[in-house]
Amino acid sequence: MKRVRFWGTRGSIPVALTADGVRHKIVAALRGASGRTFANDAEAGAYVDSLAFADRATFGGHSPCVEIETGGPDFVICDLGSGVRPFGQAALARDGGGPRTYHVFLSHVHWDHIMGLPFFTPAYIPGNRVVIYGGHAHLEAALRRQQEQPSFPVDFSTFRADISFVRLEPGVVHEVADMRVKLKLQRHAGDSYGFRFESGGKSVVYSTDSEHDLGNRRETDGFVDFFRGADVVIFDAMYSLADAISVKADWGHSSNIAGVELCHAAGVKHLCMFHHEPAFDDASIARVLADTRRYEEICRSGAPMTVTAAYDGMEIDL
Amino acid sequence: MQCPTHAYADVLVATANGRIDFAGAQVLEGALAPALAPDGPVRGIVIDLAGVDYISSVGLRVLMVAAKAMRARKASIAVASLQPVVAEIFEISRFHHVVDVRGSVRDAIAAVSPEALVAYDRMDRR
Repeated sequence: MKRVRFWGTRGSIPVALTADGVRHKIVAALRGASGRTFANDAEAGAYVDSLAFADRATFGGHSPCVEIETGGPDFVICDLGSGVRPFGQAALARDGGGPRTYHVFLSHVHWDHIMGLPFFTPAYIPGNRVVIYGGHAHLEAALRRQQEQPSFPVDFSTFRADISFVRLEPGVVHEVADMRVKLKLQRHAGDSYGFRFESGGKSVVYSTDSEHDLGNRRETDGFVDFFRGADVVIFDAMYSLADAISVKADWGHSSNIAGVELCHAAGVKHLCMFHHEPAFDDASIARVLADTRRYEEICRSGAPMTVTAAYDGMEIDL
Repeated sequence: MQCPTHAYADVLVATANGRIDFAGAQVLEGALAPALAPDGPVRGIVIDLAGVDYISSVGLRVLMVAAKAMRARKASIAVASLQPVVAEIFEISRFHHVVDVRGSVRDAIAAVSPEALVAYDRMDRR
């Protein structure tokens, strides 16, 4: 495995930066410039790069889609949220559009995780192969249903790629695209599955839409084992701990605090917060990130763990 | 972790010490349990955290359960005398919106019950 690339990082529903949001960033940048002049684009770019992330960029708004670049000829992605649309365009541009195999791991079939498929161009191209893996029995039925009339005008049968479905058993090591893949049942309405990918001495865990009760020792130990020693854990940190165990208990999501505690216990190198709350603006997510890094520092007992908040377009080299 | 308790009129003060991790949370839970009975006489719980240098999510969950139980019978719960790092954890987890955070045990008692405050001050003078 070479890298992880994020195409959609928002939870529940896609969001877009508004005109007012863009204006707010421009105002912050102009005020920060404070009379400076820039001789060329490079100088201006260097100044922009010096700004806080929330002032110069956005975490983005596509719903979940994460690419794992294996170094092999096949594409590997997790989930088919709205982020799979730009992924599909980039994949076609990357290899000139020749026939390729796309391995898709579906955490579950809630709408935010499958809504991008009708806009996934490679699925319409003959010669391509799309293999969809998951722990649920109803993957195919759910994907076909979202494209039925009157919900969508283009039926699933319109796809011209060879599309197949593979049901995976939890706790078993599967070999896909030269990776060892394990999945784990997670607590979420209708169930969800986390995936652990291992290859070439590297390991990545994709664990979203998963609620944790760290007071349940057996359940917690199971996740610690699943996360053990991972280079990157992509973790559902949608809510604050207070919300996750009170007003939003049983909503099937977790918190930044649970992420730090589980990843510390598992000796994870990099916790990447994911499935951001759609109500949060960039400043809010940046504040959660700063808080989480501080919490990691507070309860650290060994080597520092990298903590990031995923954004659309972010890459993590392995 | 230890957590002795003392009743001042209708307010229970629990004095926690050490780390409230998984094991500490169980001690805290046990200390608070008698005060959480639905028809119990306790009108307020104050948890003195002056001697606590860390509280994990499991410990915070114990406070959430206690807060829900107390609110269900229109009683109150507060934490008092937080060390700076514990205060940070309350803010990061947003638990400062879940329980009342007070500067001292006396402040916390005063916010709940005048009778308990009298009892606390009487005890304090001894």
